[in-house]
Amino acid sequence: MLSIQHLEARAGEQAILNGISLEIKPGEVHAIMGPNGSGKSTLSNILAGREGYEVTHGSVTYEGKDLLVMKPEERAREGIFLAFQYPVEIPGVSNIYLLKAALNAIRKHHGQTEVDAMDFLQLVKSKIKSLNLDEQFLYRGVNEGFSGGEKKRNEILQMAILEPRLCILDETDSGLDIDALKIVADGVNALRSPTRSFIMVTHYQRLLSYIKPDVVHVLAQGRIVKSGGPELALELEARGYGWIDASLNH
Amino acid sequence: MSASQEQIDNLIHKEYKPGFVTDLEADTLPPGLNEEVIRAISQRKNEPPFMLAWRLKAYEQWLTMSEPDWAYLDYQAIDYNSISYYSAPKVKEAPKSLDEVDPKLIETYKKLGIPLHEQERLAGVAVDAVFDSVSVATTFKHKLKEAGVIFCSFSEAVHTHPELIQQYLGSVVPPSDNFFAALNAAVFSDGSFVFIPKGVRCPMELSTYFRINAANTGQFERTLIIAEDYSHVSYLEGCTAPMRDENQLHAAVVELIALDHAEIKYSTVQNWYSGDEEGRGGIFNFVTKRGDCRGRHAKISWTQVETGSAITWKYPSCILRGDHSIGEFYSVAVSNHRQQADTGTKMIHIGKNTKSTIISKGISAGRAENTYRGQVKILPGALNARNYTQCDSLLIGPKCGAHTFPYIEIKEPTARLEHEATTAKISEDQLFFCQQRGLSAEDAVSMIVNGFCKQVFKELPMEFAVEAQALLGISLEGSVG
Repeated sequence: MLSIQHLEARAGEQAILNGISLEIKPGEVHAIMGPNGSGKSTLSNILAGREGYEVTHGSVTYEGKDLLVMKPEERAREGIFLAFQYPVEIPGVSNIYLLKAALNAIRKHHGQTEVDAMDFLQLVKSKIKSLNLDEQFLYRGVNEGFSGGEKKRNEILQMAILEPRLCILDETDSGLDIDALKIVADGVNALRSPTRSFIMVTHYQRLLSYIKPDVVHVLAQGRIVKSGGPELALELEARGYGWIDASLNH
Repeated sequence: MSASQEQIDNLIHKEYKPGFVTDLEADTLPPGLNEEVIRAISQRKNEPPFMLAWRLKAYEQWLTMSEPDWAYLDYQAIDYNSISYYSAPKVKEAPKSLDEVDPKLIETYKKLGIPLHEQERLAGVAVDAVFDSVSVATTFKHKLKEAGVIFCSFSEAVHTHPELIQQYLGSVVPPSDNFFAALNAAVFSDGSFVFIPKGVRCPMELSTYFRINAANTGQFERTLIIAEDYSHVSYLEGCTAPMRDENQLHAAVVELIALDHAEIKYSTVQNWYSGDEEGRGGIFNFVTKRGDCRGRHAKISWTQVETGSAITWKYPSCILRGDHSIGEFYSVAVSNHRQQADTGTKMIHIGKNTKSTIISKGISAGRAENTYRGQVKILPGALNARNYTQCDSLLIGPKCGAHTFPYIEIKEPTARLEHEATTAKISEDQLFFCQQRGLSAEDAVSMIVNGFCKQVFKELPMEFAVEAQALLGISLEGSVG
């Protein structure tokens, strides 16, 4: 599904990614862990097409296509979804309006007709229930005055409606209390399927006890320095990132 | 310039669809302004002597006045002698029905989305079509007459209801009010007249569609709306003009009079040609609009969506004379490229327990300047007067400006006022978020801006709200930065 080869990238003069290679197959869940400044969020942003980064080497292929030449909206329409670490507020634009506009943009891209208003409402209502959100939530401005937990749940709601094929969760666990974390994790787990893949970028092991990854990668200084199974996350939790740094310096 | 800035720029550059010219023979006065020109206008309209006298007096006053310079606007001085003050499509005889109106005119309005023919008319909306200096057609006149409502061109009202004209003309905006009001009073050639008798709720929306077509011509129209006790009317106004490299002057006056318990809702979607990206051409829009809540519990509500014009100078105001009267002003002003808008309102509280609300949304993009200028004045004795003001500005790109000049004058200790103001930018984060959900940059900006304007759009009648939203998208094309 996704193949990253020797990816190097910089922001301004600063080199951030120094040769990342990663293969993700359909249905797999990959966790990317690492200390602050290791390049985790940069990787998410580059995959989603955010400006401000320059790819200096390497390639990213998504479903056989060169991802890096695609505009952010094309990537989204092709099934790439980024759940933001800090979801922005859009005052005056209701949640349901954004959801519908986004879903229709994606449907149009795939040659489908616009979604029927009644069907859509039913779809959304069933989803908000499972995320433990009030119906009133749909008619509020996008993230306008939402709590941290509501914002993250809203990201998962968008993911559930848009049904992407590759979901990138950028520090989705940050700022969540344990109850909110569980709701978010349940939402993600409900979306797991043999055709949908996940990249979970996180600082802590905590999230991974709720969403079990297939592979864990450790990112340090813009490189994947270690990959392994879920046990790697536990080891990191126990020994800290200093352990990795020490092994790097050898 | 970042990539998303380019996107914003591309977004602002869109086609101005109403920018075409209708080719027809016109009766146009040569450029220049003097007593003879005023007499010629009055004569062409076959006016009674009181109108000519009123015009000439206004002209005399105008000669002693000078153009206001307090607005935050920068433009080349207007040469009032290079403008033609009257241009009308040539007709052998005044058309008695729509069938006799020049098909080219009907076609023009059709192209603008304003069907005048009976079978295609907008359901529930009566239209007065003003083309350059004259009204060419008014629809649903007879149906309205059955309800007792008078809706006709100003020229017609001068003949059919001279007593109402004499009683109310200039009673809210006297010719001496300001330079442009005096100019308008001297040379105005047409406009709409509305009279809603006591206790009548106007059965449909009334609207006037103003179209400038002729070159080197100014448009000076006058609208007078009178709502008697316990009556209600909702009135809409739309405006467009062809694209030309020269500036054209539009100086209108609107007077509203609401008596006891009457309500007037006045909505404008202004889409005059705004000039090109470099600021060549476009309409100079100097307009005086004022409503007088003369009766107790009267209510006047202004809603405006200003997207066009090179220069906008406009302050729809309310005089809250009657006790318990209410004034409202809801505004969206968009300026892009080199457009300049200095717009806002005045709320004058005279009566007891009067209330006013001001919601202003200014959007600037490109190299445009957008100014909110508002005055809230509470006179002695306006017991318990209340005002709420909210002015928000949205900036798109780094080269535009937003300014807010609120003037508050309170002479009544029991008055209560609230004022809120914000300035925000469309952030790259917002744009990227929307794009990441599959929306194009263009749709994203349009969605964000529409969200920003929601409070105002919800005040517009349905048909207009849709048009206004679409218009906003067009005005901001090329603005993503």
